[in-house]
Amino acid sequence: MITMSASKNKIHPHKYSMWIAMASITMMFIGFTSAYVVKRAQANWLSFNLPGIFWVSTAVILTSSLTIHLALRQFKARNMSSYKQLITLTALLGIAFAVCQIIGFTDMKNHGLALDTTVSASFIYVIVGAHILHVLGGVVVLVIMFARAYRTRIRTYSPVPIEVAATYWHFVDGLWIYLLIFFSLAR
Amino acid sequence: MSNEATLHNQDLMHHGVEHGHGNGHDGHDHHHEETFISKYVFSMDHKMIAKQFLITGIIWAIIGAFFSVLFRLQLGYPDATFPWLESILGHWAEGGRITAEAYYALVTMHGTILVFFVLTAGLSGTFSNLLIPLQVGARDMASPFMNMLSYWFFFLASCLMMSSLFVQTGPASGGWTSYPPLSALGDASIGSKIGMDLWLMSMAIFVVSSLLGSLNYISTILNMRTKGMSMTKMPLTIWAFFFTAVLGVLSFPVLLSGFVLLLFDRHGGTSFYLSEIFVAGKVLPNEGGSAILYQHLFWFLGHPEVYIIILPAMGIVSEILAVSSRKPIFGYLAMVGSIFAITLLAFLVWAHHMFVTGLNPFLGAFFVLLTLLIAVPSAIKVFNWITTIWRGNIRFTPASLFSIGFVSTFISGGLTGIWLGNSAIDIHLHDTMFVIAHFHIVMGVSAFFGMFAGIYHWFPKLYGRYMNQTLGFIHFWITLVGAYLIFWPMHYMGMAGMPRRYFDYSNWQSFNMFGGLNEFISFVVIIVFATQLLFVFNFFYSIFKGRKLTTPNPWEATTLEWTTPINPGHGNWPGEIPEVHRWAYDYSKDGKDFIPQTVPVSPDESKH
Repeated sequence: MITMSASKNKIHPHKYSMWIAMASITMMFIGFTSAYVVKRAQANWLSFNLPGIFWVSTAVILTSSLTIHLALRQFKARNMSSYKQLITLTALLGIAFAVCQIIGFTDMKNHGLALDTTVSASFIYVIVGAHILHVLGGVVVLVIMFARAYRTRIRTYSPVPIEVAATYWHFVDGLWIYLLIFFSLAR
Repeated sequence: MSNEATLHNQDLMHHGVEHGHGNGHDGHDHHHEETFISKYVFSMDHKMIAKQFLITGIIWAIIGAFFSVLFRLQLGYPDATFPWLESILGHWAEGGRITAEAYYALVTMHGTILVFFVLTAGLSGTFSNLLIPLQVGARDMASPFMNMLSYWFFFLASCLMMSSLFVQTGPASGGWTSYPPLSALGDASIGSKIGMDLWLMSMAIFVVSSLLGSLNYISTILNMRTKGMSMTKMPLTIWAFFFTAVLGVLSFPVLLSGFVLLLFDRHGGTSFYLSEIFVAGKVLPNEGGSAILYQHLFWFLGHPEVYIIILPAMGIVSEILAVSSRKPIFGYLAMVGSIFAITLLAFLVWAHHMFVTGLNPFLGAFFVLLTLLIAVPSAIKVFNWITTIWRGNIRFTPASLFSIGFVSTFISGGLTGIWLGNSAIDIHLHDTMFVIAHFHIVMGVSAFFGMFAGIYHWFPKLYGRYMNQTLGFIHFWITLVGAYLIFWPMHYMGMAGMPRRYFDYSNWQSFNMFGGLNEFISFVVIIVFATQLLFVFNFFYSIFKGRKLTTPNPWEATTLEWTTPINPGHGNWPGEIPEVHRWAYDYSKDGKDFIPQTVPVSPDESKH
């Protein structure tokens, strides 16, 4: 890409942009969770247990972090076939995660905690929903990487795109862990 | 580094750009063919994107300012009728008099357009895009593709906002802050129907645009500086754009989360902000929400937003004052430090917008203290601007006059901030015309002056021609005098307790004495608005017919953008990117008028 002189010892601009973007997304979720904290301190707060399937989805997204980490390793070792398998697996785990979360939503709804009932439930829908969108955004990126890996005309040797994607993936994983701990502690 | 480094764009990226930038060290020309679409529409050249932001911003500024003329007609001449209003506004101005609904819509749109679409996108989008790569010595932004997306998201947001002006129930009309419950309930006012949805969608897309831009600005400044350009050798413009972007990246997402919750309150049946409300005699089922919560989320962005608006103007003014007074900027590090201090404090003062919402007075005391602390870095900056021009050999150009005008309005608007920052005085002054006067002078007029200064100063870089100076002088003097004539009297109205945002004051005996003053203000508004059209004419006329540049460095400035050819192609420098050896402010040094940043430091040179 467009690099200037003296780029030695400097972090790649796209990686840098990703870190700033992650800071930005973090601020959005800080906005959400601080709204939650403020609201919780006021009257009419109904506390309830989180759907059990959220723990399954946690296991799923943790596994996907592992698979994308392995995918990055395979890419660097130029084992392209196992790289392709691993990013496909990661994307599928991402979708599985989203499905688990939505099952969790139906579970909440069946227990009388629909979106428009109590504020504490509404927050779960909105915040978890916003997180699902960020995971699905990562899935879209992985699909693009996958299509790129199959391209024959142009070969990709730079590990930067997959490194950036992996960083983002670990980030949404960490974000979910944060949300899970937050919702469990601040019920 | 290979082209593959780009995350998204290598397929879409223009081929010429790819090999043009394949290696920053080679001298190469840009022979690639550019189509009309790739050059003027979906351009990835930061200079073209800057022009796109600027011209879109100008169009919005005309619309936003025209709205203020319309509602000033109502305030200045509440009993008069203007039949032509009916022909442009239709049933919103039946019989030639603006309806109350139209008045509130105009006020709301004036605020939204000027704050976000003109002074954020138009100012930061233009000058960050133009100057960051040129002044740090980069061929383009870190990701030109993301930069292009940033503009097109802005364009999409603009289209949505524009379309809201034409829906049957009118655009959003609950004020630019869109406080719930008014903004959350379609039944509460006609402006809270589809217009409000379009407003929220437009703003959400605007936030995305702003984030994409800011990401690029930060990573370009931190990663793509040319050889020798250490952070402390950067011009103050770049420091200002850097902290502006930091503010945007950290505060806009919080606004977005506030908007998401508001959208759910509008359409998902949730009660984040709503509780125990009666609309038209009916009780709403919503319970347990808190309207104040929205205000916290809003002002957590809303306050940094005013610095997002003013910091780029400060950077531009610092640069222009040094160039035009032929003196180094006074206290460079103090300038950087004060921008940093303002950025930090920006996040810690939001509740001063909420002193009268029932905020705990004990908590309020802390926000008073932090708010008043902002006076310290602001005063440092003002002191340094004045000492920079002090005994300088000032070249009076429209750009330098607007910069000096900026310092003037920033002082007079800033001083009233000390009043409003006190929670006790704020009880009386809150929501009065005093607040209008304060923020219009310190943020609106000052930021516009910075923007005008920047346009006059960098117009030769943008278009290879000069703007007309005489028209520039006329523009400056009428705008400066007009701005004070418009906003100065509002302080007195505010101190007398006259509230803002009212459609008609005529039934209010205590404010009848201001009738003549209001008429006078509206009269000046029309003159000042006409003068801005003169500027717009000057701008577009000069693009095609302005006096052509004969030298690449017309203002004899030291910074890197003037080392490029008069009409630089995509990639900015035809050969190698110049190396930087000194700071940006070597004016009147060792008997030389100015020494460009690219000149090596000679051993017998004096230290600054």
